[in-house]
Amino acid sequence: MKKLLMVLMAVILVVGMVSSGALAKVRIAMVVKNLGNAFFEACRDGGLEAIGLGEDIELIFRGPITPTAEGQIEIIDSLIAQKVEAIAISANDPTALVPIARTAMAAGIKVISFDSGIAEGGRILQLDPSGPEFIGRQQVQIIAEMIGYKGEIAILSATSQATNQNIWIGWMEEELKEPAYKDMKLVATVYGDDLSDKSYREAMGLFKSYPNLKGIISPTTVGVAATGKALEDEGLSGVIELTGLGLPSEMKQYILNGTCKKMALWNPIELGYSATYIAYKLVTGEIKGEVGEVMSVGKMGDITIGEGGTAVMAEPYVFDKSNIEKFAAIY
Amino acid sequence: MNSTRKMPIWRILMQWEVILFFMFVAMIVVNSSLSPYFLDSNNILRTTFNFMEKAIIVLPMMFIIICGDIDISVAGIIALASSFMGLASQHLGVGTPALIFIGLLTGLSVGALNGLIITKIGVPAIAVTLAGFFLFRGIAYAMLGDMAVTTYPESFAYLGQGYIGNTRVPFELVVFIILAIIFGIVLHKTTYGLNLFAIGNNSTAARFFGINVNRIRFFNFALIGLLSGLASVLLTSRIGSTRPNIASGWELEIIVIVVLGGVSIFGGAGNILGVVISIFMVGLARFGMGLINVPGIVMNIVMGFLLLIAVLLPGSLRQLQSKILTKQQQR
Repeated sequence: MKKLLMVLMAVILVVGMVSSGALAKVRIAMVVKNLGNAFFEACRDGGLEAIGLGEDIELIFRGPITPTAEGQIEIIDSLIAQKVEAIAISANDPTALVPIARTAMAAGIKVISFDSGIAEGGRILQLDPSGPEFIGRQQVQIIAEMIGYKGEIAILSATSQATNQNIWIGWMEEELKEPAYKDMKLVATVYGDDLSDKSYREAMGLFKSYPNLKGIISPTTVGVAATGKALEDEGLSGVIELTGLGLPSEMKQYILNGTCKKMALWNPIELGYSATYIAYKLVTGEIKGEVGEVMSVGKMGDITIGEGGTAVMAEPYVFDKSNIEKFAAIY
Repeated sequence: MNSTRKMPIWRILMQWEVILFFMFVAMIVVNSSLSPYFLDSNNILRTTFNFMEKAIIVLPMMFIIICGDIDISVAGIIALASSFMGLASQHLGVGTPALIFIGLLTGLSVGALNGLIITKIGVPAIAVTLAGFFLFRGIAYAMLGDMAVTTYPESFAYLGQGYIGNTRVPFELVVFIILAIIFGIVLHKTTYGLNLFAIGNNSTAARFFGINVNRIRFFNFALIGLLSGLASVLLTSRIGSTRPNIASGWELEIIVIVVLGGVSIFGGAGNILGVVISIFMVGLARFGMGLINVPGIVMNIVMGFLLLIAVLLPGSLRQLQSKILTKQQQR
């Protein structure tokens, strides 16, 4: 038995030495919330596009089967062990990943988060797909273009306490103060509570209360789809214009039939591209990751690192007849 | 059991624990040839964090399966205990000792409840614990919803993240080793252990021999509840966060480890050595697959395959052994 063990140990040692050849590639790992999620598969495609820029980069795409923090911890652990150069994470839990992310950074790995962030202290920077100002201003710009900068508009939001929506609406009001919009008037803001039936009824209420209504902005995926349905049911497609933040898969029919000619949301391909690009430039040292730094992120242009190490990628991506079919298949 | 001294060499070699040991060695050799980072004591010690909580539940699960029962509610118990700890920490601001107590007490009570229903009403364990599988996690979802509790006292983190003194040995690993020794002694050196095998082989006969079958079964379920509570304490401490989806899917992996360890899924046979080898084999195999970035879905396929081998092989080995034995006796 002893001899056998000795032989085994020797075999293990030899095998271990033979296989420990150096790897010259920069390995960037993208850790997502879970596998089998089309949104993150699109992020991966964006990441692959980014690494296509250099021959010395490799993208490792990982994610747990169920979207748990412990599943991601196990994955990050194996990435630390194989000494990858950078990790970009969409976190299942902002605080639970801090200790393991710190371990990774202590081992010299560049850690960033994107989409769903890790708490400060657990990453160099967090990349948000978009920011409140981008979202609010863009929504007004889209509807204004649709109605020819003239007429009454209304907002159909989620709940009246919804933090995100309220900040976006604040920026919409800010944008409306610009002289270009002097002939437009925001007549009402109503709340569908992110419930399909309530949003539908609120939309109907808007049609009745404001017969001269020209456009509706619904910055919530539930609200914009319900409003699209209400417009169709009342035969108001094209009479009242609609835009908002919607899921391409849910909005496809309304975009194709002209009820909602344009709407916006984050583009996961661009997000994956930017996250991978930034991670790579952190490894090469071209990006430092300091607050206030302006990062040059390839085709996405300049992205500034703001307060709390949070960087806002771009304004939401606009979907219309030309691209909706492609994205409806993704998410 | 016959004494080992008289066993011919083929019988020793055909014992599941011996086969398992060789599989373990083969796994080490394969993994270290696939990744240069596998055989690194720091990496291996750190990766034990990822499976020690499961390992702690594997021990009482071994008792339960030897008895011919099963418990598939263990991950649900983890979620429930973690939710109670989370709410207590968030709303009452209790300290670490109280959190440990709440975690253990929740586990013990729920396990005892399972045991009561199974033994007093006589419902099969699979049905009762399947109900628990949905019920316990369901309650956790009802209590927490989309919320995550992340406010734990700083001293609480040691249990799941700490090391023994200045060494690289995780506290969790030591807890497991102590428990494994206790469970090994109870299983192989006490009447209680003997009774477990007797019940698993033939519970009617065991009853005739004066063994209080239901009391032992009840005690097993209370015990697995308690240790699931302990696992919950350690896991919650390790990730510093409670979400209702915590530990989802763990019950299956735990059962796979027990059965792969040579515990007969039909009850009546099992060995602590095999189970411990199985724990490290599965844990390190997962780590090895992580190092070469095998997707989680493929890992699950491998686990399913291992389970199939574990269910089929020991049974056929036993049949083969008895065939050879009867042939010898006939001669």
